[in-house]
Amino acid sequence: MSTPAIELREVHKRFGKTQIINGVDLAVAQGERHAIIGPNGAGKSTLFNLISGRYPLTSGSILLNGEDVTGLQAFQINRKGLSRSFQVTNIFQRLSVFENIRCAVLWSLGYRYSFWHRLGGLKDANRRAEEVMERIGLAKRRNVPAGTLTYAEQRALEIGITIAGGASVILLDEPTAGMSRTETGHVVELVRTITEGKTLVMVEHDMGVVFGLADRISVLVYGEVLATGAPEEIRANPAVQEAYLGALHKETNHAGGSHA
Amino acid sequence: MRYRPVNLGRWVLWGGTAVLLAVLPLVFTASATITLLSQMCTFIIFALAYNMLLGQGGMLSFGHAVYSGLGSYFAVHALNLIAKGSLALPVTLLPLVGGVAGVLFGVLFGYVTTRRAGTTFAMISLGIGEMVFACSLMFPGFFGGEGGITTNRVVGRPFLGVTYGPGVQVYYLIAIWLMLCMAAMFAWTQTPLGRMANAVRDNPERAEFIGYDPNMVRFLTLVISSFFAGVSGGLATINFEIVTAENVSALRSGGVLFATFIGGVGFFVGPIVGGIIFIYCVVSLSLFTKAWLLYLGLFFVGMVLYAPGGIASLVAMHVPVLRARLMHLLWRPYAAAAAAGLVLLAGIVTAVEVTYHYSLEGNINPQTSLAGIAFSVTDAAPWLAALALLAAGGASFAWAWRGVRRAWDAIMLQLQERAG
Repeated sequence: MSTPAIELREVHKRFGKTQIINGVDLAVAQGERHAIIGPNGAGKSTLFNLISGRYPLTSGSILLNGEDVTGLQAFQINRKGLSRSFQVTNIFQRLSVFENIRCAVLWSLGYRYSFWHRLGGLKDANRRAEEVMERIGLAKRRNVPAGTLTYAEQRALEIGITIAGGASVILLDEPTAGMSRTETGHVVELVRTITEGKTLVMVEHDMGVVFGLADRISVLVYGEVLATGAPEEIRANPAVQEAYLGALHKETNHAGGSHA
Repeated sequence: MRYRPVNLGRWVLWGGTAVLLAVLPLVFTASATITLLSQMCTFIIFALAYNMLLGQGGMLSFGHAVYSGLGSYFAVHALNLIAKGSLALPVTLLPLVGGVAGVLFGVLFGYVTTRRAGTTFAMISLGIGEMVFACSLMFPGFFGGEGGITTNRVVGRPFLGVTYGPGVQVYYLIAIWLMLCMAAMFAWTQTPLGRMANAVRDNPERAEFIGYDPNMVRFLTLVISSFFAGVSGGLATINFEIVTAENVSALRSGGVLFATFIGGVGFFVGPIVGGIIFIYCVVSLSLFTKAWLLYLGLFFVGMVLYAPGGIASLVAMHVPVLRARLMHLLWRPYAAAAAAGLVLLAGIVTAVEVTYHYSLEGNINPQTSLAGIAFSVTDAAPWLAALALLAAGGASFAWAWRGVRRAWDAIMLQLQERAG
């Protein structure tokens, strides 16, 4: 078996006396689409913040493509090929859609802190930014300040910024949060195409999205991984059903859920 | 998408600026005016450098005079060394000494200040400003104590007849440096670092997740800004031939914040406009009235409250209206508001001047004059006139302003209809 894209070993996180993540072991294979589900407060977002370097770990270690990235800063982890989106939209409000995306491609193309290149002359960066805008369906909104986009457009931009740098490992934190059913459908398609040939880890509440996209699912409850496996295994797992999924299943079925 | 190979408008704008700078001293030949122009050009470089922090990088600094002031000090010492013959550097390149000093101190202090953004950055910049100001009085050997350091810019052999003796030669030196610095600072806004400074201003956290260290972006921005601040300091040395502690003071730091803000931090031209107005006010207004600082303060408060985007944003606001050919809706309400505003202004000026004169020399010499009208501040008449003007101006301005509001509402509605 090849090296996992992401591997978590005995990861713990404490805020003061509160244990949020309690010994998580997790390995996501190269090219896998992995979903993390769990009830509110299970620590899903915290787990993302640990993997992406937003928070330091209390103990344990995290490996990215076999390399230990524990304790690295967020930007260092990003430079090693991991990119993430945020649950609450996190964009550059006053910059245009195009500038948002172009900023996100600069480092990966090696322009770093350059003050001797002219942005207008960076053909590769501009072409890449145009491609990404086309992909996320915001090409028509090119020059609009990001802060004035609609909610769904901002969510699409959020994903665009995340994938623009061409990272091989992508973390999406609730990409469909707050979206209508049609909008959700678009996002699922978008996520499917942009993660082609990449490793995806996502936190998602919409079970339709999870079971439609994920190759494997991990269930996080009270900061521990209750189960990891293929969607059918997770659905059939009695412990998962008892702890979490059963209740949710019933709910969504009553609401006319499409995945049952 | 189209890339226009030649941006004609931009060439016209830059060419026009260069021509204007070249022609100005031919129109205004009085030596005092030329000194004023030199001072404006020097200050514009400083304000543009400051706006790299405030407008483009989102860093509110209360101590940027540290870099221009230390640039001035290093330049003045270099100039004195040139005079002694122990430094072979043409005076033309002296501003570079200021720039290098700016960079050195930018690296030194910036390393501390740019660790944090927002309020913390502002506080530390204030602290460093105070520290350097205190040093300027503690080390008279370098800073010259209260009297400062004086120098003589006419040193070395004249090059093509240029001695920098006459003020107009200094003006052209400063104007050329201004063009170079403006072009360089504008170019900077179009580079990866310049754009990432905007990104870090908007959202430092997200910048981290696209591979950028926000502290590093802020640090480099500050160092580059300090270079231009230092160049401006070096030019000030040549222009004034004296450098005192005032050059590194909080007053100077506040002045550049003031100028940049009233000009408009959101636009490249903002600090240019602000710098011109500010220097004009400081130099000319102070000749007319003792209360000039009060007027400047009132103006600043008014701008912060009613036009936080500065003068440049007020102009920019009218661009879509002009394009839609709707300006005709605004002329009449604007004229009414301007007339009422003038009455109100006359009221404010009368009240301020009468009060100033009364409290400063009321019992020695109550006689004074305003706009050619002589009166005594111990009489009731000037006070009543001030009150009457204030009341009439205030009421009519409030009324006229409603007209302006209505006109703008109508325009917004029309613009929306056309867009939708």
